Amino acid sequence: MSNATQKTATEARAELKSVPHTPGAPKPDAILVVDNIVRDFGGNRAVDVDHVEVQRGVITALIGPNGAGKTTFFNLITGFDQPSSAKKVFGGPSADKAAKWSFNGKLLGNTSAASVAKSGMVRTFQLTKALSRLTVMQNMLLGAKDQRGESFLAAFVKPLWAAQEKANIEKAEDLLKRFKLYEKKDDLAGSLSGGQKKLLEMARALMSDPVMIMLDEPMAGVNPALTQSLLGHIQSLRDEGTTVLFVEHDMHMVRHISDWVVVMAEGRVVAEGPADTVMSDQAVIDAYLGAHHDTDLGDDSLLEEGAMDAPKKEKK
Amino acid sequence: MDMWLKVIYDMSANMILPTTAAFAIAAIGLNVHFGFTGLLNMGQAGFMLIGAYGFAVSTIMGFPFWAATLVTIGAGVLFALLLGIPTLKLRGDYLAIVTIAAAEIVRMVGRASVLNSVTGGSNGLPGETYRNTFSALSPFPDGQTTILWFTFDNTGVNGWFIRIVAWSLVVIFAILVWLLMRSPWGRVIKGIREDEDAVRSLGKNVFAFKMQSLIIGGVLGAIGGMFYVLPTSVQPDALGRNMTFLIWTAMLLGGAATIWGPVLGSILFFALRIFIQGTVDIIVPDAILNTQQTEQFSWIMVGVALMLLVIFRPQGILGDKKELNFNV
Repeated sequence: MSNATQKTATEARAELKSVPHTPGAPKPDAILVVDNIVRDFGGNRAVDVDHVEVQRGVITALIGPNGAGKTTFFNLITGFDQPSSAKKVFGGPSADKAAKWSFNGKLLGNTSAASVAKSGMVRTFQLTKALSRLTVMQNMLLGAKDQRGESFLAAFVKPLWAAQEKANIEKAEDLLKRFKLYEKKDDLAGSLSGGQKKLLEMARALMSDPVMIMLDEPMAGVNPALTQSLLGHIQSLRDEGTTVLFVEHDMHMVRHISDWVVVMAEGRVVAEGPADTVMSDQAVIDAYLGAHHDTDLGDDSLLEEGAMDAPKKEKK
Repeated sequence: MDMWLKVIYDMSANMILPTTAAFAIAAIGLNVHFGFTGLLNMGQAGFMLIGAYGFAVSTIMGFPFWAATLVTIGAGVLFALLLGIPTLKLRGDYLAIVTIAAAEIVRMVGRASVLNSVTGGSNGLPGETYRNTFSALSPFPDGQTTILWFTFDNTGVNGWFIRIVAWSLVVIFAILVWLLMRSPWGRVIKGIREDEDAVRSLGKNVFAFKMQSLIIGGVLGAIGGMFYVLPTSVQPDALGRNMTFLIWTAMLLGGAATIWGPVLGSILFFALRIFIQGTVDIIVPDAILNTQQTEQFSWIMVGVALMLLVIFRPQGILGDKKELNFNV
């Protein structure tokens, strides 16, 4: 965490102050720019985003009621799904209406999930995808980028990849210690609890030193004590220069760590802004927060009463 | 007592047959597909048959041994590419359907009467038409050698030479697979077996890895097929669906996702079948089951064994219960 990167993280946050609080607002230093991304499932338009930008070096939260299209949006920009508005050889939308998104200055339309990850945008999944019958350590090592031993012929000759492997193992051990999984490193990942799998998935994504990490509900199923330390990890990631985009339902977490909040409802971006202002936005209240927008939803007593669920149910 | 001795002799002789070795090689290949990568290849016999044809037909056309071997390997690679390009992007079950169909296509084309002049149609190709280039490589003098209680020709159709070569290859291929699977390449392959999307999200080109795995297992299948027909003859119907399922049984018996499981499984598979057949032949009077029927009975028992294995010990003999391999 050199001073230089720390400075950019603070600067990046400072830059956000001048950004207007309107959906699709341009950012001074956008790492991800998405245009005209539409995904239809039959007659149901799950995602319909005209324009959205994500600022480099900050934590951006993507919130919205269930079925708002957040995960589909994630899948689309990470290459796990193709937009319906993609450019086609015949027919399809006209060039200015076609889906187009760029990451770190590189156009990503029609790119496979693997090359999206290689370009530095690494995601986790809402339903964890720990590789159950590999050990925790093997899971971690899979995350490392550009491994020489992954080419077929080099795999036979251990000296070609042994040194790199050793470095990766050390890196993985550091990360596992940070995420309190070090003692489990030789266990099969399938034997971990749900929350530990979330941690493992996040740690695994960090093995590749991502430029931007996309977390799909990182806190679901993680106990409160661990949540605190996870929040710390996510903030220190930002301070080290990684851009974070996450989907989350836990408003407490959203208020606590996000520098910018993007609100989706029925596939569209309905509001944008810093956490405190966006939550008083009328569109957001309509879409999501309902009667409880003014209370701290992280308040445990409210959670126990199911207050969080009430407005969502109304919406459905 | 003599009858029991004969059963034991038959069992041991079957264990070291060159066809058992060929079977083991094909099972190692299938294990790369299913055990490590999670590819449901239901057409391993098709790979064997295409390798067998590749070797036999090219030798009959006048290719020297090494060139014919290259044709065998090339045929395996080509067949894997043909199968893989359209199917590897789909879910696992589709590969199973396509491979079983493709293996049948190879068999049907091979026995088509239009191709009589090339493949010999349903009569196949007799061994002596393509075997000589291999026998000529033998460094052994003529004559017979007795090791333990086995007496075979040194070179001959079914002698020591082909036994030594085939079993050496079994060991070499098992070691190569071990080298691969301990490497980062093997780790990606096993990751794909667990969850393709997770591996994709980590920036690995899943399609390319699956294709490599399909090719390696397929080439092993083709080489297995070549050694299967060297001491016998090319009979398209001998390398049909049955063969695929027998290889599956052998692999599951020994333990999928282990290095030596397919080898142990192949050896035990043949020995156990002979044991069942021999025992039943001795114990059950001819009036109930005659010798021919005991053989059929032993094959029925193979089917029962496969079912029991999958239900009660899915990890096989050598497999690790924790890494058991049956929730594809």
